[in-house]
Amino acid sequence: MIKSSSAAPEKEIVTSVSKLNGKTPSGDLNDKWSKYKSSIKLVNPANKRKFNVIVVGTGLAGASASATLAELGYNVKTFCIQDTPRRAHSIAAQGGINAAKNYQNDGDSVHRLFIDTIKGGDYRAREANVHRLAEISTSIIDQCVAQGVPFARDYGGLLTNRSFGGAQVSRTFYARGQTGQQLLLGAYSSMMRQAAKKQIDFYPNREMLDLILVDGVARGIVVRNLKTGEIESHTAEAVVLCTGGYGNVYYLSTNGKGSNATAAWRCHQKGALMANPCFAQIHPTCIPASGDFQSKLTLMSESLRNDGRVWVPKSQEDKREPDLIPDSDRDYFLERMYPAYGNLVPRDVGSRAIKRVCDDGLGLEPTGKAVYLDFGSAIDRLGNKNISEKYGNLFDMYQTITGDSPYKKPMKIYPAIHYIMGGLWVDYDLMSNIPGLFVLGEANFSDHGANRLGASALMQGLADGYFVIPYTLGNYLASNSFEPVSQNSEEVKEGVEFAKNKSKSLMNIKGSSTVLELHRELGAVMWDLVGMSRTKESLTEAIEKIPQIKEKFWNDLKIVGDDSNLNKALENAGRLADFIELGELMATDALNREESCGAHFREEYQTEEGEPLRNDGQFDFVAAWEYVPNGNPILHKEDLDYKFVEMTQRNYK
Amino acid sequence: MADKLNLQLQVWRQDSSEATGEFHYYSMKDVPVDISFLEMLDILNEDLTKDGIMPISFDSDCREGICGTCGFVINGIAHGPEKKTTVCQLHMRHFKDGDTLVIEPFRATPFKIVRDLVVDRSSFDRIIQAGGFISANTGNAPDANSILISKDQVEDAFDSAACIGCGACVASCPNASGALFTSAKISHLSKLPQGKVEASERVTNMVKTMDSEGFGSCSNHAECEAVCPKGISISNIALMRKSLLKSII
Repeated sequence: MIKSSSAAPEKEIVTSVSKLNGKTPSGDLNDKWSKYKSSIKLVNPANKRKFNVIVVGTGLAGASASATLAELGYNVKTFCIQDTPRRAHSIAAQGGINAAKNYQNDGDSVHRLFIDTIKGGDYRAREANVHRLAEISTSIIDQCVAQGVPFARDYGGLLTNRSFGGAQVSRTFYARGQTGQQLLLGAYSSMMRQAAKKQIDFYPNREMLDLILVDGVARGIVVRNLKTGEIESHTAEAVVLCTGGYGNVYYLSTNGKGSNATAAWRCHQKGALMANPCFAQIHPTCIPASGDFQSKLTLMSESLRNDGRVWVPKSQEDKREPDLIPDSDRDYFLERMYPAYGNLVPRDVGSRAIKRVCDDGLGLEPTGKAVYLDFGSAIDRLGNKNISEKYGNLFDMYQTITGDSPYKKPMKIYPAIHYIMGGLWVDYDLMSNIPGLFVLGEANFSDHGANRLGASALMQGLADGYFVIPYTLGNYLASNSFEPVSQNSEEVKEGVEFAKNKSKSLMNIKGSSTVLELHRELGAVMWDLVGMSRTKESLTEAIEKIPQIKEKFWNDLKIVGDDSNLNKALENAGRLADFIELGELMATDALNREESCGAHFREEYQTEEGEPLRNDGQFDFVAAWEYVPNGNPILHKEDLDYKFVEMTQRNYK
Repeated sequence: MADKLNLQLQVWRQDSSEATGEFHYYSMKDVPVDISFLEMLDILNEDLTKDGIMPISFDSDCREGICGTCGFVINGIAHGPEKKTTVCQLHMRHFKDGDTLVIEPFRATPFKIVRDLVVDRSSFDRIIQAGGFISANTGNAPDANSILISKDQVEDAFDSAACIGCGACVASCPNASGALFTSAKISHLSKLPQGKVEASERVTNMVKTMDSEGFGSCSNHAECEAVCPKGISISNIALMRKSLLKSII
């Protein structure tokens, strides 16, 4: 180990000397994946049934992995925290799924999807992984259609596409505004088919609380039955983690209420490296919090900015209704600050501008954290009917939630946390640094770099589950030998004991603060100091404040009831305990990364136009953090050695 | 309209499947009208926790009306008084100051109460296991555009596929029938060319499982359609019956 010179004085960062190896296959970018597939070891069909595989999570990645592995003949055990696998939060994805089909004959190709994704990620993703993703994208659409996913079609019966941000082609397949739902139900139905054949045993209402390691290899998990409180252990030859992202570390996000980091964080505590944890995507157009009781935020598609104009009153004192404020008293600040792009600036730029005007006290009442998105001039120009055809369902959703009609009154919007690019570190095989622990979907860090493009999350989850893991897992199982793990082994007993003690220690705090109060407190620190724009000062302050919340949590938490049956407060408390630790790591990672890239914006590092300023010489690496109990984490670096793409400054002007 | 409401809540409390349940009464003061129904319960739960009383258990996740996790009965109506709205999307502005709200779990033999407003809907998974899929192993699929499906046909299939599996249909049916849920999946798949191959086997097996799980029969009350947050039509049930008949003959 050496001490890195770039460390902030307040927080000593220890950097590992040895570099991480992503195990990317050699050869030309176009051939890597096909060469890999034809050279790996295989498990013969009769032997597959001898292997048990645990899959945790049933979103797009987990459901598709479970179904596909079971189809191949492995014995699959699948776990989810929901009451049924069909409810994972992938279901809420609206917009669509990208694929390089080039059905539109508009010049799309695997190479273009690859380049767009690499560029969108601001050159912080691994080249070979992204290329594989682009290659696989086309097969995903075929698979989903075969399952009965009702993608939008044209009159001739062929599939149709829409365009999305960060691309100059139309490659997004969609099923109304419910693409995630239809894709998930497709994967779920395939999974149910295997459950009926007894190839999958599925365990709903289970929360993973520990990873069982035997001689440093992942061999099982410990779960809590959320309905009975019972602690169970399950062993296998491999564990596939598909537990999604951790946007709820900010308390308010567009994630589902149950989305959490606990399974991933337990793996991290057991030695799995957490990569680029500070890369969190903020979406500019969400319905703002209505007050202190807000429990989650709802996304409004960014397509609205094609016709909506963003503004605030010029004066803080101007409390008139919006229709009574004349144009001369309005500040169309995006149009003013970014005359070339106006309201259609990229997500991160728009989000930061909105935050800035609200921080200056110009945000709308009652919370001060909202700006207008006004369709008045578009309605005058195009008429209600035209606007309704384009945005009718979004306007209805807005009205259901706020009670206001966007036809009559401008929408109010504010940015919100939406997706996490960071996650557990994985190599090309999607295996973490712990042998036998694979990580898929949003839970891993691999494909989106510092910023994800719209309609690419669904693509990655399904690529990992349907088309990557069946190969890489087989290679792992065929290349290693496995001794059986007894339920009575020390490792299993230790895990069960840990999980039991965890629930007990949470129940025994017996303080006066509720989980919700403490979670809001953490969320406020994360949002204000580790949010849309970060500075050395804000991050240093966060690193001071988060341990104080941790201390308060462990001394003053109050949970009513007991741990022997359904107790939602206990579930949430366990998750919050992990969010608090994760929040501190995110701040540390953000402090260490002295550059701006994609969604990570350090105010100290920007161009004159306010665009993120990367530092490729010093920070073109993946920051993968090793957990140190009661100490500072150790930084491991994987160099992003770009061989096929030239890193350039992103420019969407 | 008042900005704040005072409400009387009458909430079903039941510690476990085996325990006897009963209504508990709570007064809520100054409930903001722009919060959601579940946020109102969040506030009540905070107060209960502070007072050392077990908070009310209820399920919810996305709070956007798409995951199907939430759902209970408000004043006799599954998901409450607003049409095509899940309870997570129901906002307090639809209630009046001084209202009494009776809140109960979805009640049906196949939905066992787990705790308070949380019910076990795993019977739905078993119905899907019986045939709610197209047998297409990963890797086998032909090019997506090799299967032509007309725009109207795919939109029609989508209308059936929009079901979120919340169970409001069952809770509202006097027979606790699972016909709307089951038929929505059968219709979604059989309306598409990919799904026709297994259509006969699918309808037979799914209906058989629906019956064995303890759901009642449909007798055309159409209460299910009235409460469905996704507007799933009972015409799906007619289609299911037609297919079932065809599969028998």
